[in-house]
Amino acid sequence: MDIVPEIIRENIINLINKKERADGRALYEFRKMFIETGVITKAEGSARVKLGNTQLLVGIKPQIGEPFPDTPNMGIIITNSELLPMASPTFEPGPPDERSIELSRVVDRCIRESNMLNLEKLCIVESSSVWLLFIDLHIIDYDGNLFDAAVLATVAALRDTKLPTAKIEEDEIILDYENPQPLPLEDMALMCTFAKIGDQMILDPSLDEEEILTARLSIGMRPDGTICAMQKGGEGSLTKDDILKAIDITKRRIPQLMEELDKTIPQTR
Amino acid sequence: MIIITPDEFKRVSQATREDGRAPDEIRPLKIEAGILERADGSSYLELGDNKILAAVYGPREAQIKRLQRPDRAVIRCRYNMAPFSVKERKRPGPDRRSVEISKITAEALRPALILERFPRSVIDVFIEVLEAEGGTRCAGITAASVALADAGMPMKDMVVACAAGKVNGRIVLDLSEEEDKRGEADMPVAILPRKKEITLLQSDGNLTQEEFKEALDLAIKGCLKINKIQKEALKKKYGE
Repeated sequence: MDIVPEIIRENIINLINKKERADGRALYEFRKMFIETGVITKAEGSARVKLGNTQLLVGIKPQIGEPFPDTPNMGIIITNSELLPMASPTFEPGPPDERSIELSRVVDRCIRESNMLNLEKLCIVESSSVWLLFIDLHIIDYDGNLFDAAVLATVAALRDTKLPTAKIEEDEIILDYENPQPLPLEDMALMCTFAKIGDQMILDPSLDEEEILTARLSIGMRPDGTICAMQKGGEGSLTKDDILKAIDITKRRIPQLMEELDKTIPQTR
Repeated sequence: MIIITPDEFKRVSQATREDGRAPDEIRPLKIEAGILERADGSSYLELGDNKILAAVYGPREAQIKRLQRPDRAVIRCRYNMAPFSVKERKRPGPDRRSVEISKITAEALRPALILERFPRSVIDVFIEVLEAEGGTRCAGITAASVALADAGMPMKDMVVACAAGKVNGRIVLDLSEEEDKRGEADMPVAILPRKKEITLLQSDGNLTQEEFKEALDLAIKGCLKINKIQKEALKKKYGE
């Protein structure tokens, strides 16, 4: 936990009650975004995202493995995150703590439940060989709202990902690296996170805002408005109106996030 | 059984190195200082396809009491490879190799730092290998030194590292991943460039005494070249 001095806390709350924010943003405005893909040559897909001063990298690595017995014809996605100690003085080296695990699970849920990735198409041989996609979130600079930045980076990295084509000849899997194919992606879901401070809900909380929020709400939504993932956090509570308001704003913000994704700068590889 | 279609069998030519470099040529190098917001000091380095991020926190209070020294600060280093930095995904977390590299990196940086100024505190150096292509420990030390300077640490000199080694019977500078794998010897060296004092020396493979001397001289030559680029990165950030 970072400690926010009392005077800053009061300042942020007073401003928000007047519908203003310390960094001059409107209540439902994202910080400036920057998305770049193909940043890691050795990864099959990668992206770097900056949301304000929050910065992270996502790398996608495939492996061939066995499917889960209850889904023999589906590929597997595995999401991991590392809150690197370089990203914040409050992050410690060591195995993932609860914040890190919550982040990777929420990102995983948003990707998985949106069905943007057709896992059946990642099956190579039913019951024996499927693609395992490792999604590794590498947090390098932490200035609040990792959820939205991480989902954005993951979607950008998945869009950048190319897998070698797998053919089966005489019971052997042959991988063709010469003709890599993009992932079978359908409608993409993205995420909007809100913080409740005072009586207001604000979008994309900065670190200072995150430290003083009473409750947090993240909403994963597909472009058609379907909600595919939600997560409430923080020690305080939300009213039904808060939640409905947040859903309404998310619906209006998703097209903006999609636009940012389309502006992505692909690095030449 | 998984078969991989061959596209990686390249012929090694005798005249030049596989990537066309001269024996005493380093890979293209780029260093930027101060690229992270939260860290007290940071740097980003690209050496060929290596991509390395270094960050420094401190001097700050040593959380662990037994680390504290009453007369000086201690330096701690954590070298870490991103899971996506290598061809086969690396499991997150420290392995024996990264623990060793962390230790020797801290020891390579230590002689440059004036730690006596900050009793009872700790300086944390974090090195993240985002993409690895041979020579990451040296690149990590070079980047960490720039990050320390960016953090405003009082230093006697920069620390700069470069490897030399033996590939196809020849002594060459700054081995690539392929050369390291196929070569006969790899020898990472770190120096304080002003007095040319050596703060890191490892060697892996067979060298005659003459070859060792040649490799050491070559590594120092490489370090001096890299040191210029380190200084340029800092000048670019802070002016002359």
